[in-house]
Amino acid sequence: MPQIVVENLTKTFRVSERASGTWGSVRGLVRRKRRIVRALDGISFSLEAGELVGYIGPNGAGKSTTVKVVSGILVPDSGRCEVSGRVPWKNRIAHVRGIGVVFGQRTQLWWDLPVIESFDLLRDIYGVPRASYEAVRDELIALLDLEPLLDTPVRQLSLGQRMRCDLAAALLHSPSIIFLDEPTIGLDAVSKLAVRQFVKRVNREQGVTVILTTHDMDDIEALCNRVIVLGDGHILSDGTLGDLRASVTTERRLIVDLDEDGVDLSGLGAELVSREGTRIELRFDPDLISAADLIGRITSRFPVRDLFVENMPIEEVIARLYAEQRR
Amino acid sequence: MNAYYSVMAARFRALLQYRAAAAAGFATQLFWGAMKVMVFQAFYRSSTAHQPMSLAQSITYIWLGQAMLAMLPWNVDREIAVMIRTGNVVYELLRPRDLYAIWFSRILAFRTAPTLLRAAPMFVVAMLLLGMQAPASVGSGFAYAASMLAAILLSAAITALISISLLWTISGDGISRIVPGLVTIFSGMIVPLPLFPAWAQTALNWSPFRGIADIPYRLYMGHIPPDQLPYMLAHQLGWTVALVLLGRWMLARGTRRLVVQGG
Repeated sequence: MPQIVVENLTKTFRVSERASGTWGSVRGLVRRKRRIVRALDGISFSLEAGELVGYIGPNGAGKSTTVKVVSGILVPDSGRCEVSGRVPWKNRIAHVRGIGVVFGQRTQLWWDLPVIESFDLLRDIYGVPRASYEAVRDELIALLDLEPLLDTPVRQLSLGQRMRCDLAAALLHSPSIIFLDEPTIGLDAVSKLAVRQFVKRVNREQGVTVILTTHDMDDIEALCNRVIVLGDGHILSDGTLGDLRASVTTERRLIVDLDEDGVDLSGLGAELVSREGTRIELRFDPDLISAADLIGRITSRFPVRDLFVENMPIEEVIARLYAEQRR
Repeated sequence: MNAYYSVMAARFRALLQYRAAAAAGFATQLFWGAMKVMVFQAFYRSSTAHQPMSLAQSITYIWLGQAMLAMLPWNVDREIAVMIRTGNVVYELLRPRDLYAIWFSRILAFRTAPTLLRAAPMFVVAMLLLGMQAPASVGSGFAYAASMLAAILLSAAITALISISLLWTISGDGISRIVPGLVTIFSGMIVPLPLFPAWAQTALNWSPFRGIADIPYRLYMGHIPPDQLPYMLAHQLGWTVALVLLGRWMLARGTRRLVVQGG
């Protein structure tokens, strides 16, 4: 049986609107305009224990709302959701004991307390037995290299340091599922790598189920074998990265560094995307011409210094998917 | 260690750090207290009618109020207010604990730590220099201490109610203007309750606000004899239970219709 089952989940919010400017404010006193926003409009998916799933979509697509419903914070309007056999919002306390959540833009640590005191407080709140707590804590400290930060008040940590501490905080009670809502937002390259490595390890070695929402496609490519794409409260696609790519386009790119510029590129069976000096970028459909054939044709016609084949960048794939959804 | 105790202790320790605020608060309350004492001196001198409380008792009542000012439920818990405003309240809902009890624990610390910092010096200064009397008897002192504990619980229950209301109003500016007025008048902080007109006494006696100031202060002075303590505790704790139940009900409703601010 899947660990997480979500069926036909809907959630709407009422948003008060008012016209801008002074007159708008005055009118707002008398009559409020309410707009209904459908944050989730029939979401269904299911997850097996130990999966690492990317949950992506443009801003406002409903990613965070899904995370909040599945983690028991928000109550949906309709639909079914069960996590390890429990309905999150009906059985909140038992449910949250088994999950960890990181919201990249927030912190669950106590602002004025040193990191280690926040950890101890979480131990008491989750009621983790002392012996197992110390083992888990020390392992997390080692994995995330937190030793030098432990006595620093949280407010003085950099964003990257704080995120590492927040990751540890979410795992102190050994949850079987973690939700990571944009955990790499605003982080530098080194911190992002550290976060990714850590998430991968926790998933592989401890079998923790991970649901990761992000806008960073590198996160997705580095971590997720399965990707759920969300747009306007609907699921647009659910499958492997390869499936996702194939559903949008099969097109591939060939980038060639030529010896001379200004050569005639007609009749190659590929379309020119860009040309900068001696570097050209070609687009081709592997069903019509294989990469080997195309390379053969080019090398037989021009002296070539370097070449490589690329998939369409995942950013572009996603952007196309979003654009198709709009239409 | 117990989760709720740990939450309270952490908040308590954090609040004890605000020594500058405590010093400023102490100075302000000293000034206000002195002013009120002068007003009451003028009032007692200009009136020949028999008053239900002596001038010395009124002065003691005033200084007790100034010492305990930070304990009155006249503002929301800032931490909870910020959480609701920024949406960080999501993490509170992820704790495998009773949310009301967690907030009540935070609020207990919020009501006691600053009070401790201000009350201790105020008792010393007011008793030595400003005409505040000691408890009327050992029994009165004990009754005061007991009803003060109940007053803290009652005050925390009222503060919780105000803080929970932020789930609807978010900014809480309106509430933070109305509540201090209600609390300071009906608790006896502006004018000691026995000095209110006779027609108001029944309503004042029944109001919950009486339990946070008037009851413990009058027990202290012996204006309410110590043997009345059980009735006084019944008043305070009865209201505490009622307000806790109301707060829990509001919180349950509020979290069902929760909107997380800031995405």
